[in-house]
Amino acid sequence: MSLAISTPGATQQNWLEKLGAGHIILGTALVLYPLVASDFFLTQIGGYSLIFGMLGLSLMLLAGYGGMVSLAQITVAGISAYAIAILGNNNSNVLGFGWPWWLAVPFAVLAAALASALIGWISVRTEGIYTIMITLAIATATYYFAQQNYAIFNGHSGYAGIRAPAFWGISWRDAKPFYYLCLGLAVLSYAAVLYGSRSTFGMTLQAIRDNPRRMRALGYHVTAHKVFAWLLAGVIAGLAGVLLVWFNGRVSPGTIGVDAAIDVLIIAVIGGIRHPIGPFLGALVVVLMQTFAIDIVGAERFNTLIGMVFLVIVFVSPDGILGLWGRIKPHLAQEALRPGP
Amino acid sequence: MSLLDRPSQALSSGGMTLRQAWGLAGLLAAAVLAWLVFAAWPDWLNAILISKKAFVSAILNGITLAGLYFLVASGFTLIFGLMRNVNLAHGSLYLLGAYIGYEVTNRTGYWLLGVAAGFAVLAIVGVIMQVFVFRRLEGDDLRQTLVSIGISIVAADLMLAVWAGGTYQISTPEWLDGALTLPVITAVRSNGASVFLTYPLYRVVVLAAAIVIGVGLWLMLHKTRVGMMIRAGVDDRAMLQASGVNVHAVFAIVFAVGAGLAGFAGVVGGSALSVAPGEDVRYLLASLVVVIVGGMGSITGAAIGALLIGLAEQIGLVYFPTYGIVLTFVIMVVTLAIRPQGIMGKAR
Repeated sequence: MSLAISTPGATQQNWLEKLGAGHIILGTALVLYPLVASDFFLTQIGGYSLIFGMLGLSLMLLAGYGGMVSLAQITVAGISAYAIAILGNNNSNVLGFGWPWWLAVPFAVLAAALASALIGWISVRTEGIYTIMITLAIATATYYFAQQNYAIFNGHSGYAGIRAPAFWGISWRDAKPFYYLCLGLAVLSYAAVLYGSRSTFGMTLQAIRDNPRRMRALGYHVTAHKVFAWLLAGVIAGLAGVLLVWFNGRVSPGTIGVDAAIDVLIIAVIGGIRHPIGPFLGALVVVLMQTFAIDIVGAERFNTLIGMVFLVIVFVSPDGILGLWGRIKPHLAQEALRPGP
Repeated sequence: MSLLDRPSQALSSGGMTLRQAWGLAGLLAAAVLAWLVFAAWPDWLNAILISKKAFVSAILNGITLAGLYFLVASGFTLIFGLMRNVNLAHGSLYLLGAYIGYEVTNRTGYWLLGVAAGFAVLAIVGVIMQVFVFRRLEGDDLRQTLVSIGISIVAADLMLAVWAGGTYQISTPEWLDGALTLPVITAVRSNGASVFLTYPLYRVVVLAAAIVIGVGLWLMLHKTRVGMMIRAGVDDRAMLQASGVNVHAVFAIVFAVGAGLAGFAGVVGGSALSVAPGEDVRYLLASLVVVIVGGMGSITGAAIGALLIGLAEQIGLVYFPTYGIVLTFVIMVVTLAIRPQGIMGKAR
């Protein structure tokens, strides 16, 4: 990102090429989307997909580059959402310190990042499939704790009446500003993950994923690298949590329930965890299904439908929709190379 | 140098080894616990621990809950230990067993028939899952886990469709109703008569059933040929296969027993507590924590883990109700910090 901004105009052609045609088309489409979309499509589909795409992205970072499949990303997001409610204003008459947004948001994201690092530190004590079990246990325990505890989490009802702030003369609760806010943060985290994956740290993390023993023998601190990856994923999930609580205007134990935790995993797996664009793709598919499947199967049986789609994806294409695309693309390329009839 | 130092230090400090010290500490703890349970409490102790009745009830409830957790988690740990298959649909198996037990008991009027049906149907479901789903993804534990998550989502939704969101209670037969008077004095009346603690008979029976099944499982694993194969498979699956054993048959047996036990626990637990949507997540969490704490693939570990978690949950419920779950969480974290493979788990 910083590269694109600091490059002088003379080499503009160069960085445009570096960005790639796909990114430019996609970026333009996303920026122009509010021109054609209604408010419903802007927030309920656009904004919501971007928020859950960011949550999926934080999981993709851990699972794709670190080989650690986490089910606690919504818990991390929930911590920052609760922090916003507790540090800022809410109308539940519990806590609510009334901090301004520019103070509450950094603290909320910091809390989420630290919580994520802590979860990471606990779960990297073991390897492989244990991670999924430990993070699920942590997510479930946090959900029950939030439900039981009234002093901090305000129990079953949680916090309501949380408003997105208004600054620079813009009310960020309105559909268009909120969409652009989501888009801006999503693009920022997407670019950061993409850039980070090619950095020294990203390369080291991927090497640790492939062979932790060899990396340890080479003198790398395997645990520290993994925990740092958790911290970074926590920042992205924390930002998504802030957007989520502004989007809903409320946060309750249901927000961080086991269903939600599994939804994030479904989004990442359906989209594909080999590339950072996967989770956003998955989020769009799941949100569209959530919105329109009600007309097909009825609101009650939605979970059966999404569960079935998930099962089919896991069986047919372990790399999700991206994997399907990747499987078709070389095929198409070969077709094109073949001499015509 | 340090190797030679250590025993002499231990001898000089107290004249006993570390092992003996632990044994002594254990004996002391047992004596204190026995005194807490059987003696009449002085007032200062009642003031600290609310009342003797609350304390002893919490301990007893914790132990019986541990019995239930053990039944659910033992299947989970066996399946994981042998097949490296984290079956996150295990909670759904529990809930399905409970619903089936409810239907059968309600229609036939025989509770025992409901228990048997819960075990049998879920054993069959387990075999079907193993043969048609998990065998296709063998060796890919992440995809197996993802598939089990998918199954649990669909199962929860379909069960909601069939049995709706209501709460059911499986009715127990008359011979299991009533209360048992225990030789535990909770208070002394002013006229000098002692008040003894009474406890529901059914819960004692649940505990007894869990102990019998636990011992049975241990005997099966350690004294029979199939058990020997299962233990060999936990240690080295490829070697077991190479020595001519049909591992898929062994897998099917383990899955049948594991899923059947979850169904059995569902009926038994549904009679003691209640059957409702959401219970699947509760028992999945219990299984996860029990197995993380106790160690994968170990029946003894599952028993120890279940006891710890059951006691922590019930004691937490009485003494710090809104922070109860934190105690469970702390146990898990401390175990992972000190012994990542679990109390009885083998380091791999």
